[in-house]
Amino acid sequence: MFIPQVKRNDSVSSSAIRTPRRVQDYVTIALFLLPAVVLFVLFLFYPILRSMYYSLFNWNGLGPATRFIGLNNYKAILTDQVFVEAIEHCLIIVVFSLAVQLPLALLLAIMVGRDLPGRVFFRSVFFMPYVISEVITGIIWISMFSPDPENGLINALLVLIPGVHAQNFLGDINQVMLCVFLVLTWKYFGLHMLLYMAGLQNIPKELEEAAMIDGANRWQTIWYVTIPLLVTTIRTTIYLSVLGSLTQFPLVWIMTRGGPVNASEMMATYMYRYAFLRTQLGYGSAVALVMLVFCLIFSVAYQWLNRQPDPLSGV
Amino acid sequence: MATLDVRKVDSFKKKLPRFFQYLVLGIVTLIIIVPLVIMVFGALKTRGEMFLHPYTLPIPPHWENFGQILTTPSFWDMLRNSLFVMVASTAGVLVVCSLAAFVFARMEFRGKDLAFNILTLGLMFPITVAIMPVYLVIRQMKLIDTLLAVILVQTAFGISGNTLILRGFFLSIPAELQDAASIDGCSAFGFFWRILLPLARPALAAVGALTMIVSWNDLLTPLVLLNRDALWTLPLGTMQFQGQYSSDMALTAAFVTLSALPAILFYLFAERQIVSGLTAGALKG
Repeated sequence: MFIPQVKRNDSVSSSAIRTPRRVQDYVTIALFLLPAVVLFVLFLFYPILRSMYYSLFNWNGLGPATRFIGLNNYKAILTDQVFVEAIEHCLIIVVFSLAVQLPLALLLAIMVGRDLPGRVFFRSVFFMPYVISEVITGIIWISMFSPDPENGLINALLVLIPGVHAQNFLGDINQVMLCVFLVLTWKYFGLHMLLYMAGLQNIPKELEEAAMIDGANRWQTIWYVTIPLLVTTIRTTIYLSVLGSLTQFPLVWIMTRGGPVNASEMMATYMYRYAFLRTQLGYGSAVALVMLVFCLIFSVAYQWLNRQPDPLSGV
Repeated sequence: MATLDVRKVDSFKKKLPRFFQYLVLGIVTLIIIVPLVIMVFGALKTRGEMFLHPYTLPIPPHWENFGQILTTPSFWDMLRNSLFVMVASTAGVLVVCSLAAFVFARMEFRGKDLAFNILTLGLMFPITVAIMPVYLVIRQMKLIDTLLAVILVQTAFGISGNTLILRGFFLSIPAELQDAASIDGCSAFGFFWRILLPLARPALAAVGALTMIVSWNDLLTPLVLLNRDALWTLPLGTMQFQGQYSSDMALTAAFVTLSALPAILFYLFAERQIVSGLTAGALKG
């Protein structure tokens, strides 16, 4: 965004002024950072190190971990068909989000544009599901997807079409992932659309007008001018979307518990099941770390992708 | 005359896409609204009505479902727990993040870049990835089954994103102000407390509103860290309630409606703050 990156010609002038109070400054810095550092170390770095240690044990959480088994937990995880499928499910959600959800959000954002009468209304409505908790979203959609047309609106509408039977959406191993994806889209596309709308505000209108004057039609303008200029925002939404898909838990847990027969198992639901329902804390730790590795790989790839400068930074 | 004709054609050309735009946006609006409306309607029906006419208007409305839930003490316990956790987490995030953001926006020290990179590293670890390790530590600290644990964890995982948002806002406040304050003998803390924070009130409101929503909706942290049902927060309680009363759809709908209501009201009330917080955070991250 264009919050100016600011008019302070750094350390030179201000640190000259502050030099007599150097020590006091360092005390201030230390004290100000202390709470953040403590929480970070205590709840982020230390736990992850701790998990690395426990992931090498067969440990059910009772008493100290003594049964050292090396990397066997990891071996078991990566050869467990259910977990491999969970990875696949996460990747399916990632791909669908990138291929369907984000383009849809972008299209709607462009459609609402900068000056469509009612744009604020549409933004408010489309963003509302983001504010409603995953638990509530899940429960609402369980009933929407109910196999019984008497309870589920979608089936009630489906059976109106001649020759179409009611579907057992969430109970059907072939349909459950699609349903999960639709609900995720219902809940999250508004967030992406909101970000795109904000990004559009930052694109000078003159650039698009210039393209139009040069003879580009509407779609060409969008494709060759608007979208390339939105690239920073698009990157951000990709980041949020992929990370969210890889670590999705609450919606899937509420709607399907990972079922039927693991057909909608995600990495996170798998972890929750093993770590907390079966109290295999060593195994669960290893699953958490595998998830972490996925996030790390993605983040590194993202950083690499992100080294190109923002095309608008020179505008 | 000729010009008039051109205008007519123009306006037709303009209106057709307009119509199409509103059609699409209208359909999407329906898809968003209908599930919510059905839930509210369901809440206003008796169990029998819900079974016979699930999709009709609730006429006459039956408020008994709401009454039944509002007279259950456990509902109020959950509401209280959720509120308490939300307020404390938000306060925690605001204090911790504004202090850190001030240092990153306004102070110079060796290792600042490294520290800042470590901070942004936190963005890579959503709570889902870390909850298992965090559980082990909370257990070690003997904080399982305390709301304090939930508050600490929610605060810790709010640090990265919110510090980045606040830092952006703090950077936009002119450095001359700080120099002037410093010449007048104002300490760094004095500048932070008396000048920066009051100026950054909109930013604090944005971060606060966002954190409140995240905390209010959080399922995983309380699910993992709390066992005693007296401590349950609303999302946790809603999940359990749905499991228990899944046969009584009307009652479940009433419970869900009541537990969604605070978030929706808050959204209508604080939409501007939420939106500005999200866009500021995302477009800079």
